[in-house]
Amino acid sequence: MAAPGLDGCSWFAALSLGVSLLKCLFMDAYHSTDFEVHRNWLAVTHSLPVSRWYHENTSEWTLDYPPLFAWFEFGLSHVAQHFDRNMLVVENLNYASPATVLFQRLSVVFTDLVFIFAVRECCRCVQEQKGPRDVLSRPSFVLAVLLLWNFGLLIVDHIHFQYNGFLFGFLLLSVAKHLQGALLFAILLNLKHIYLYVAPAYGIYLLRSYCFTQDHKDGSVNWRSFSPLRLLALGAIVVSVCALSFGPFIAMGQLPQVLSRLFPFKRGLCHAYWAPNIWALYNMLDKVLAVLGVRLKLLEEAELPRASMTGGLVQEFQHSVLPSVSPSVTLVCTLLSILPAVASIWRRPRGARGFLRCLLLCALASFMFGWHVHEKAVLIAILPLSILAVESREDAGIFLVLTTTGHYSLFPLIFTPAELPIKVVLMLLFVIFSFAALRKLYSGQGSLLRPLESVYLAGLVAVAIACEIVFPLSPWQQRLPFLPLLATSVYCSVGVSYSFLRLYASLLRQDEKPKQL
Amino acid sequence: MQTWSLVSICVLLGVVVRWGVSLNSYSGAGKPPMFGDYEAQRHWQEVTYNLPVQEWYFNTTENDLNYWGLDYPPLTAYHSLICAYVAKMINPEWVELHRSRGYESPAHKLFMRATVLVADLLIYIPAVVLYCLYLTDGSSKKKVSTLFCFLLYPGLILIDYGHFQYNGVSLGFALWGVLALGLGWDALGSMAFCLALNYKQMELYHALPFFCYLLGKCIKLGPMGRGFFLLVRIASTVLVTFALCWLPFLSDPSEALQVVRRIFPVARGLFEDKVANTWCSLNILIKIRSILSSDSQIYLSTACTLLAVLPSSVKLLTKPTFWQFKLALANSALAFFLFSYQVHEKSILLAALPVCLLLNDLPLVAIWFLLTSTFSMLPLLLKDGLLVPYVVTSLAFLFFSLYLLSALEHCSEEELRLGAYHKMLFFLPKLDLACITRWKFYIGVAAMAGLSAVSVALVPPPHLPDLFPVLVSTTAFLQFLGTFLYFNIVQFSGPPSRKTQKKNN
Repeated sequence: MAAPGLDGCSWFAALSLGVSLLKCLFMDAYHSTDFEVHRNWLAVTHSLPVSRWYHENTSEWTLDYPPLFAWFEFGLSHVAQHFDRNMLVVENLNYASPATVLFQRLSVVFTDLVFIFAVRECCRCVQEQKGPRDVLSRPSFVLAVLLLWNFGLLIVDHIHFQYNGFLFGFLLLSVAKHLQGALLFAILLNLKHIYLYVAPAYGIYLLRSYCFTQDHKDGSVNWRSFSPLRLLALGAIVVSVCALSFGPFIAMGQLPQVLSRLFPFKRGLCHAYWAPNIWALYNMLDKVLAVLGVRLKLLEEAELPRASMTGGLVQEFQHSVLPSVSPSVTLVCTLLSILPAVASIWRRPRGARGFLRCLLLCALASFMFGWHVHEKAVLIAILPLSILAVESREDAGIFLVLTTTGHYSLFPLIFTPAELPIKVVLMLLFVIFSFAALRKLYSGQGSLLRPLESVYLAGLVAVAIACEIVFPLSPWQQRLPFLPLLATSVYCSVGVSYSFLRLYASLLRQDEKPKQL
Repeated sequence: MQTWSLVSICVLLGVVVRWGVSLNSYSGAGKPPMFGDYEAQRHWQEVTYNLPVQEWYFNTTENDLNYWGLDYPPLTAYHSLICAYVAKMINPEWVELHRSRGYESPAHKLFMRATVLVADLLIYIPAVVLYCLYLTDGSSKKKVSTLFCFLLYPGLILIDYGHFQYNGVSLGFALWGVLALGLGWDALGSMAFCLALNYKQMELYHALPFFCYLLGKCIKLGPMGRGFFLLVRIASTVLVTFALCWLPFLSDPSEALQVVRRIFPVARGLFEDKVANTWCSLNILIKIRSILSSDSQIYLSTACTLLAVLPSSVKLLTKPTFWQFKLALANSALAFFLFSYQVHEKSILLAALPVCLLLNDLPLVAIWFLLTSTFSMLPLLLKDGLLVPYVVTSLAFLFFSLYLLSALEHCSEEELRLGAYHKMLFFLPKLDLACITRWKFYIGVAAMAGLSAVSVALVPPPHLPDLFPVLVSTTAFLQFLGTFLYFNIVQFSGPPSRKTQKKNN
């Protein structure tokens, strides 16, 4: 008997409405300094002329997103003035009246409509199995929940406070489309330049799939089918979007200033909370060797720099035993790590799914090896992987490891006691749903996780209990206050690195298989 | 997906909604000298921890009964004592005698909210889960939908986690009682209900149905024989439970009397503030409070309440089935709410719980009533600064319960059991009662939405300062009265037919 009401497309509306209402409940929750950052940008773009936008520094949170985002804030500020005019005064630092909070929170919920639209488009493209199926076991339903109710997005956007929702909407909409994709991605780049991480994937894919109109029978590139017209069209789109965005500032001769704001390389190798990437493991190894060296009397303790890599302020830092890492080294490592993925998409583009896999690998590779990476950047890998997870069993297994680990690494972002139940409950919700739904989707094909992976994920629970409950009540709280952050990021780095390697392995293995007709 | 994962997802969603609401303000926040219910609960922790049992309910130099004196039965006091022990371990300043009056801090708020959540997780939520899984009909998906809507009921969430109270404990115990009776464990059920009664005396609203159901069952089993043994077992369970709860007060009869005097204060008037019952609404047209003396007010309200609750109780006595029991609970609580003495607007929660039990059987009317009950508390919620949670939870409940329970699709005349109305209104032309009911629902919801918006956005004219609370309570009263009549009629018409039940699955 069909479940009451769960038919047609009404379930999508129900999911969207439910998650939007839930977001409204978190209005009074803790918000980070990012709230003040965006309030400041509303004030700067509203009260000052364009020429002052990238020079203004009354507040320490200077404008460090590309110009299109500044115009977005400018648009928002016109609505904001009806809520509370005082938030648009630049001198009102840390102004957070109830009307301000209401406006900012509601603006995130509303811009998420773009994300909801993008998820709907993704769900339409998911391949469905034939035959009547209960709604809860349909891949499109599972994908909708995994994307709309994604724990990371809820925590980062609606508690910590950011505008990632609509940016991810643009990203998802631009996947695997040609001219439209180029346009949307160019806009996205000019909204938040962190997406430069995945620009190579777009560049190579569009060049290969769009500019070369025909392939040879075995799928390799047909150099004669190169269409300069198409290349010109792509170039025109990208250049015009960038011109629209940066044009005014180039005209005013402010380009160097803008670029210095966008790419502040004075910051350290690691963010204040270490993102769970290679450098976290590298730092850990460095510390362990230093301690060992002192114990074994190979090093003098006085020669070692003070250990403050996890201090609250971002600063440059030197390693004690292993060689120090500079920005250029990270750039080289990143480029080397994305090379195989990009090369694979050049040799054998596998349509939308191949592009998605390449995008995801570029994002994850940049996360692993990049300079001053935020742990929030793992979401750029998790969201595309959700789409692959509902269609392939192997990807579902990797997804479970990466998502659980990546989401858990976001825990230190919300550190206030009042929000602890929220983050724990939301995490449990997402974990239970993802495991149960994916298991049901691939029931009868064996277990999704290998035994070692299950043990590792179970260990996450132990780490969580240790960091959230045991540690604050223990005597080490005073002496080593950053121990839980260290433990979290190192433990999660293992999981993220493992997922990265497995994803690369699956890509290269697919490369070796002949092209499926 | 397996049922257990769906059930855990529903419970977790219920918890996250509750905690989200608890981030907001509480009653009396930052309003000296008396503050509100939050301070009352903190004060009881202070009193029960620092003073010996004999002094808890008495007016002494250490215990000023005018400042939030204990006026709930002993189980509330014991619960406060347990919370006070935990509070003392975390921060002794929270329960220091006299010095902690009006203590407010973010850490303390977190602690108090946590006590409500812990109590809910231990008592209320398990009862709801077990009820929905074992005592409702239908496919497992329907049961999970019912569970989700039950947990999402806004009134209880807003009062317990917003305004601040522990209704989840007393309602939870009462629900355990209903659950036990439904599964046939009568002695355990009576024990659970006695615990509920000893937590909040307002559970007396539910006492008549429990009494009539159990008595009727005993009579049916044979007054001489099994029925008699059952009666003895239940009576002894009740007596032992009461004795255990009142143990510290039984040594001295004057102590027990003082507790009773604190629990049932008869010196107050017919009603206080604006509440959606008969007397307050009647007061708009005829000023009863001034016309009648306070004694005659008591007699009038007692007589009306008894008259209102009599038909339902007698019917339950003669036919003690679980279906009749659920309806009788709703009718009795509503009768008491509408006609009783000194009723507070929060007492509507006592009627809301039985109606939640009927979500599966009569979805449309149940949803309508539950929405109205939340709406009737709007003035209180606005005073506590809970507008955003009110809007969000009401919208969520309205949308999800209509969607998941297909309330608007399953409202033929048969499913709404409107057959009896046809018999009563035989002199009127043949009307499509189902359509009329649906339209009344739409108009009711629209009126509630409109009044909510108006109460927030507009300022009342200076010569009618209470205009909006009065409009709110009168609208709610009319809908409550209609629901009361409906449930009575349903209780007197036949039980749900097999055909209707199969269609609902």
